[in-house]
Parts: sequence; structure tokens; C-alpha cells
Amino acid sequence: MSGNDRFAFEDDPEVKRALGNFKASVDAWCESAASAKSAEAAMSRPRAQIAVTHGWRRAAAWALGCAVAASSLTGAVYERHHRQELARIAAARIAAQKAAGTKLAAMQQSANETDQDLLANVDNDISRAVPAAMEPLTQMMDSGQADDNGTE
Amino acid sequence: MQPMTAGAAQEIAARDFSRIVETHRPQIFRFLLASLRDVDLAETLTQECFLKAHRNWASFRGDSSAMTWLMRIAINLQKDHWRNRRLQFWRNTRANAVDLDEASEWLPSGERSAEQLMLAREQVARVWKVVGKMSERQRTVFLLRYIEERELSEIARVTGLNEGTVKAHLSRAVGKVRAELRNKP
Repeated sequence: MSGNDRFAFEDDPEVKRALGNFKASVDAWCESAASAKSAEAAMSRPRAQIAVTHGWRRAAAWALGCAVAASSLTGAVYERHHRQELARIAAARIAAQKAAGTKLAAMQQSANETDQDLLANVDNDISRAVPAAMEPLTQMMDSGQADDNGTE
Repeated sequence: MQPMTAGAAQEIAARDFSRIVETHRPQIFRFLLASLRDVDLAETLTQECFLKAHRNWASFRGDSSAMTWLMRIAINLQKDHWRNRRLQFWRNTRANAVDLDEASEWLPSGERSAEQLMLAREQVARVWKVVGKMSERQRTVFLLRYIEERELSEIARVTGLNEGTVKAHLSRAVGKVRAELRNKP
């Protein structure tokens, strides 16, 4: 402010002092607001960085968790499938053994039956082949056998 | 001498504007803070002021100083803001604006004793009280003179008033301050 711009009231020492204090007050307020603003900006920067770091960590934790859950699930499914397969094989083996046993028994039975039939046929054939003249001897042999049995 | 390319001219203009912002931003903010008593609002209008100045930077011919030009934009923004909100400037209670007593708290203690500091705060509170009762035009003139320490001719250019009117506003405003200071409780 140049000298010729001044008013009579401005030269009043009390007014001069009051206006000086008024300006100093506004300047101090302004500086305080500016420093608060810069402090706020400085505080917000690391917060953003922390947020980014936390974001990465969270994503990594999620990915790891998903991988563990997926591998556990896969393992469980594989284990179940493997057990079912083993049970199926064991059941098939038992069934096959049972079938083989039954077949063997049937074969043995049929073989026995075949032998007995064959012997019976032979007996019949032999009996039929005895001439009529030998009939009494045959009866004697039968009765002799019966006697032997009775004496014993 | 090689002719300047459009890109180079733009770069120089951008550099010039950055320098203007760096130099004048604190003054524009201070004027708006004193006018509005609201830090956030003053910050917003300061940004708007420089945004508007940037948009019109190419049309700034340098007839007035950059500070005069910026201050005129700031005053118009302030007027528009209150006109749009249809609020009476100082009489309405605003959420973010500090009250007059609080505004007087921002006084550096310096070498003063506690008693001197208390008296100085009381004086500042009285000046704020008078400023609060001024008309918008008178307040703008008063703040440009006693906060921004502008010459009468520059205040006249910024406000679009003639120097006589500016002088009359200031004389009345300072008279009110004097009366308030003498009217001790």
C-alpha cells in the first residue's frame, strides 16, 4: 500500500494494530489449513499403499485357499473312487470263485453220475449176456452170498 | 531463428501456467478463505478458479496482471456460488463455516505475553464482527485492501468499480472498525 492511498482512519494506532492482527490471523489460519491439507495428503498415500498390499495378500490367500480346497476335494473323490474300484474287484473275484466252485461241484456230480450209470449199464449188459443155461448157477451164487452174509 | 511449433508453444504455455498457479494459488485461497470462512469451500473455489483460468489461458492477453485476472475470476465464482445457493452470505448458519470467535483464534503468539495475545484476539474478533455485517461488495474491497494489501487502482480493476467508489467503501468500512474498537464492553 503506497502512502497516497492511505486514509485518515488507517493512521489511528488502534485501528492499525487491529487490522495488522486481523491479517496475521487470516495468514495463520491459511497456513494451518495448507499444512493440514498436506498432512492429509501424506497420510492418505501410505494408506493407499497399505490397501494395495492388503489387496495382494488377500488375493494370494484366496488363491491358496482355493487350491488347497480343490486338491482336498480331488483327493477325496479319487480315494472314494479307488475304494469303490477295489470293492468291485473283490466282489467280482468272490463271485468268480463261487461260480468256479459251483461249476466244479456240478462237474464232479455229473462225473459221478456218469460213472454210476456206466456201471449200471455194464451190470445190465453183463446180466443180459448170461446165457439161460447158466441161470441156476447165478442163483446159487446169489444164495451162497446171502448165506455167507447170514453166517457172519 | 527457427519458427516455433505448435507443440513447443503449448509446452511453454503449460509451463507458464504452472508458474502462475504456484505463485498465486496461496493468495487466491487466502482471499476466498477470508471471504467464506470455510476451508473446504475455499479450497473448492480455488480449484475452480484455476480450472477456469486454465481453460481461458489462451485468451489471456496480459492487459492486466495475472493476479488481477485471477482475482476477478475468484470474485465472480464466489458471487455465483452464493447466488446459486440463494443464501445470504454471512447471516445464514453454514455447516462447515467457522464462527467469528473461532476465526479469531488463529493468531500467532509471537513475542506477545498472554495478556497481549488475549487483547489481540479480542481485537481480531471485533474486526471479524464488523466484516460479518458488511455488504458483499464492501467486504470484498475491505479484504482486498487489508488482507491482500492491494492498491486502490488494482482493487478498482478487480471489482470493476471506479477508484472513488473503492475509496468510499474502504473509508466507511474502516470507520466501522474504528467505532467497534472504541465501543468497548
